[in-house]
Amino acid sequence: MKIAVLSGKGGTGKTTVSASLKASIENCQYIDCDVEEPNGGIFLKPEITNVQPVMVKVPEIIKDKCTGCGECAKACQFNSMAVVKGNVLIFPELCHHCGACVLACPEDAIIEVEREIGLVETNSDQSFMHGKLNVGEPISIPIIAMLKDMMKKDGNVVIDCPPGSSCTVVESVEDCDFCILVTEPTPFGLHDLNIAVELVKKLGLKFGIVLNKASENSKIINEYCEERNIDILMEIPFSRKIAQAYSKGILPVEADEDLKKEFGQMLKNIEGKVLV
Amino acid sequence: MKICISSTGNSMDSTMDPRFGRCEFFAIVDTDTNESKLIDNAAAKAGGGAGIAAGQLLVDNDVEAIITGNVGPNANDVLRAAKIKIVRGKKVSLKDNVEMFKKDELEVIDTTVPSHSGMK
Repeated sequence: MKIAVLSGKGGTGKTTVSASLKASIENCQYIDCDVEEPNGGIFLKPEITNVQPVMVKVPEIIKDKCTGCGECAKACQFNSMAVVKGNVLIFPELCHHCGACVLACPEDAIIEVEREIGLVETNSDQSFMHGKLNVGEPISIPIIAMLKDMMKKDGNVVIDCPPGSSCTVVESVEDCDFCILVTEPTPFGLHDLNIAVELVKKLGLKFGIVLNKASENSKIINEYCEERNIDILMEIPFSRKIAQAYSKGILPVEADEDLKKEFGQMLKNIEGKVLV
Repeated sequence: MKICISSTGNSMDSTMDPRFGRCEFFAIVDTDTNESKLIDNAAAKAGGGAGIAAGQLLVDNDVEAIITGNVGPNANDVLRAAKIKIVRGKKVSLKDNVEMFKKDELEVIDTTVPSHSGMK
């Protein structure tokens, strides 16, 4: 079963929930798709043994063949090329690696060359994987795509998604069996939860909610879920003890056996929902 | 000389837009004849690379100088490659900016601002 953990709003507890789930179930693969700032490794403490670069293809001009006609820049939907006085200027960070410029060039003067944008790191049995986008790179999708390609076909997989609800999240949740939406009882948490709910509904994915930092303010989330008939799978209390452990790199399930059982129970609950 | 001004509106009485890549209109003015035309900046709503696309628009229109507020690093690369002079205008009408340009009263910009400064 492939379970994606997303939230809309950042800082609600995606990593807390996904790493805790990983730590609570046996033979589970954990994939950190939050490649701009992967932090699951801080808690799961894997021994990284395998590092692979993530390469993308960007255009390069064969100067002898180029006539400076400008067709490549016109074809580019991402403004990553300009043609000035017969010379092609390429802005590789803006390139989306679609290859349209190569097809558009009437002189066959464009070839594609590889450029590294980040890394995928794993432990020896690939039960832990994360991606790392190089600083300054704007496009992280190819790294997430590579992680998803390396995802185990059988068994349980937990995917820690990037924050937000844009294309990086879509790429991360695609082909998953179930989505856990983590939220917190604040107006921002609710606002972005709603966006995440709309996203997973649109993608036709089954989902449920984990309410983190549950407190006397939880009413706004409870009411939202009741009105829409959305299941709250679990509540994690707003607790100083959990926060203190977290700040030392200790997951709440490591400090609390009962909570660990609750995570195991949640997995069974999700299995029941997926099999329906 | 053919010059261009980034503009907030589509008339010569409109105020100059200090943003280059994401201004709504460009005025193209012939300083010898005072003829002017205003064109839409299609790049204003681009997801990314607005400065590059706006730079390309100026190149395609054979502009020799641009009066604007600030230019980002990518747009700067395009404008420099095309040897288009970058001049800092004032937040007054396009007409007044043209007059100041003719009198050599505007400062030439040789620095850039960080990426996405025009998105605010």
